[in-house]
Amino acid sequence: MSALESFKKEVGEFLDQNCPESMRQPMKSEDDAYWGGRNGSFKNDDQKSWFEAMAAKGWTTPEWPAEYGGGGLSKDEARILKKEMAKRNCRTPLLSFGIWMLGPALLKFGSEEQKHQYLPDIINGKIRWCQGYSEPNAGSDLASLATSATTVGDNYIVNGQKVWTSYADQSDMIFALTRTSGEGKKQQGISFLLVDMAAEGVSTRPIKLISGKSPFCETFFDNVKVPKANLVGAEGGGWSVAKYLLTHEREMIGETTDPSAMIPLNVSAKKDIGMNADGKLADPVMRKEVAEWEIDGAGFLFTIARLKDEMKAGQPIGAKSSFLKYYGTELNKKKYELHLTNKGLDSLGWDGEQYEEGKLARMFCRTKGNSIEGGTSEVQLNIISKRILELPSE
Amino acid sequence: MGLVITEEQQLLKDSAKDYLKENASIALMRKLRDENDENRFSPAVWNAMAEMGWAGLIIPEAYGGMGFEYVGMGQVLEETGRSLTSSPLLSSALISATLLNLAGDQSQKEKYLAAIASGKIISLASEEGSHHNPKKVQLTAKKKGDGFILSGSKNYVLDGQVADHFIVSARTAGHSDSPKGISLFIVSADSAGISKTSATLMDSRVCAHLSFDNVAVSTDHLLGELDKGYKPLQKTLDIAAIGVSAELLGIIQESFDRTISYLKERRQFDKIIGSFQALQHRAADMYCEIEICKSLVIKALQGIDEDSFMLPALASMAKSKCCKIAQLVTNEGVQMFGGIGMTDDEDIGLYLKRARVAMELYGNYNYHLDRFATLNGY
Ligand SMILES: Cc1cc2nc3c(=O)[nH]c(=O)nc-3n(C[C@H](O)[C@H](O)[C@H](O)COP(=O)(O)OP(=O)(O)OC[C@H]3O[C@@H](n4cnc5c(N)ncnc54)[C@H](O)[C@@H]3O)c2cc1C
Repeated sequence: MSALESFKKEVGEFLDQNCPESMRQPMKSEDDAYWGGRNGSFKNDDQKSWFEAMAAKGWTTPEWPAEYGGGGLSKDEARILKKEMAKRNCRTPLLSFGIWMLGPALLKFGSEEQKHQYLPDIINGKIRWCQGYSEPNAGSDLASLATSATTVGDNYIVNGQKVWTSYADQSDMIFALTRTSGEGKKQQGISFLLVDMAAEGVSTRPIKLISGKSPFCETFFDNVKVPKANLVGAEGGGWSVAKYLLTHEREMIGETTDPSAMIPLNVSAKKDIGMNADGKLADPVMRKEVAEWEIDGAGFLFTIARLKDEMKAGQPIGAKSSFLKYYGTELNKKKYELHLTNKGLDSLGWDGEQYEEGKLARMFCRTKGNSIEGGTSEVQLNIISKRILELPSE
Repeated sequence: MGLVITEEQQLLKDSAKDYLKENASIALMRKLRDENDENRFSPAVWNAMAEMGWAGLIIPEAYGGMGFEYVGMGQVLEETGRSLTSSPLLSSALISATLLNLAGDQSQKEKYLAAIASGKIISLASEEGSHHNPKKVQLTAKKKGDGFILSGSKNYVLDGQVADHFIVSARTAGHSDSPKGISLFIVSADSAGISKTSATLMDSRVCAHLSFDNVAVSTDHLLGELDKGYKPLQKTLDIAAIGVSAELLGIIQESFDRTISYLKERRQFDKIIGSFQALQHRAADMYCEIEICKSLVIKALQGIDEDSFMLPALASMAKSKCCKIAQLVTNEGVQMFGGIGMTDDEDIGLYLKRARVAMELYGNYNYHLDRFATLNGY
């Protein structure tokens, strides 16, 4: 048996033993996930034991180096782990902005002390992080951000406001883009700081979304003292870190697209609108829409696979990640539009058990943010125009 | 197999591109058109293609071909889409060769596949109406003595005006819309009772309408089993749809590339028009759709080589998406060229015209969308 084959066997046995049955069901909502953090609590014992088993092996972050507590797996091994988990429908044991966003930045730009200080707590779910980029006047034009960080002795004093900070009220730390200099190009004076949400002067206010939920906050900094040791990368070098992360984030979209989320629209459509005697969907207009969506969905999955194969063959994905972000999010929005049309008024219930507390209607509302968060669709089209098609700026 | 082409296939694609650019470019197409050439393709170019092995690309080596994969054939077809090259590559080397290989017996394969590989032209005569409908077969083949008598007509036979043989779908049993009772015959083009009229279409290519007036064929011209021709025919038509999709992909990419070049060159309001965001976003959107087309086409081509059970769905996905995006990209191309895009001197309109014909061949957008839904049980 090759090393990879025996690894596969080992992984399979580990998962069979350690992933409880209830952790092999699809999550019904975000509430079913474990996010960790100082105030994080487990929903039940199954969730706890599954998370602890995975964290002990470092498999909450399979590819991170073992010296920080990560899994230390090779790309091939990590792929096997992912496949074996998917085969068994194992849930992701820990959802975390620390894993998706901060960790990769620290691994690339952080000092050795910072890596040792922060990475283990991410891997073990001890500290929950949130992302402080957007400001009321700096959205798509992020580099125009104004939250200031002024040097006073060994500290920065941070003042300003962030907005759309996902889960700020439940997070322990925030990685924030701040302005340390107003000189030169606006991209130059930006610094990447790690700030404790419990520090004096930090406050949050929830924002209620059209989905009725409030996973976002405005985050205020009022003379917050942040040690200089919390600067990641160089002072004034925060834009490179942020850009690296944005690209990383967009590439992850390809990785995280769940194939099962893309395909079976016709299954629910059949249930929702019924079939004619000739074996066709009862609504001929919807039949066309569903078929179009399914072809685009399949084409999108094939494209993710193709781009991965091209990467393996040495062609970097580069700005094509903007295409994945744009196309995937627009498809997801379309899918919920079709779900609502298929189900009619039944899809619009907002409260009550009959409507699963408005799950579908709220989800529909939530998907509208897909093409705004992480860079809007229009911004992705700008990137494709400039970086791939090399069209000139006006 | 990854969703990328192999080094060998890339070489084939590159050499096709080089050859077509040198020898079968749009200039040739314009010349044949303007001289009102009756066949609208160059026999010299076709002979050269046959000598390079393209006519026998997918024909097994045992029958005089190259035994290459369909993915390789797809690369060549894509390049002929880019160069707008007219030739019997689609009609004879892809479609008829596929059908003969699927349905022919040993001696038929030996005879006809070798003929195709050497550049002889065999055309499939299956359509009878203005819309693709392979089940609707009214041309009849009646048993007489130890042969058959064929009566009826076939429309839009690609390269039918120059073909040496036709493969004809004929009704031997069942009602006129039934997949059951269809038989295939291979018939010499100079058989007594066949008359042809040529039809020039919008893409300036020529095809033929055939009329069969009591054409006698002997039993050894029956291809495959009596009454059971629909199965190999349908599989061939799936492969034909995928082949046309590959050509459409070439058309799509070339017209897009030309449009982007024009956006970088044309100035209005003291600016390069490609700097206008209204045009940039439409261009970027087309870029994304083209990425989807590329994946559906390579997946479908690989599906042929792997003999995938999904082949019918893969074919319908590829053809419907390529139709839709060919329509989008060629229309946007003409629009973004402005007035000059409407002139015959500018090439972009030629892509629009070829695309419109290719979109109708072997099932248009509606046909394949409907079929995809049916295949998926709705
Ligand atoms: C669900 C969700 C989660 C989010 N999570 C976070 C988070 O955790 N942390 C965080 O920091 N931020 C977060 N954001 C903020 C998000 O990054 C911004 O909303 C986004 O970048 C857009 O900025 P804006 O809202 O200011 O819109 P604006 O930039 O004001 O855009 C308004 C409109 O103008 C268009 N537009 C802007 N510039 C251009 C241009 N150059 N060309 C063409 N059109 C343009 C946009 O596409 C949009 O349609 C989140 C947002 C959402 C909706």
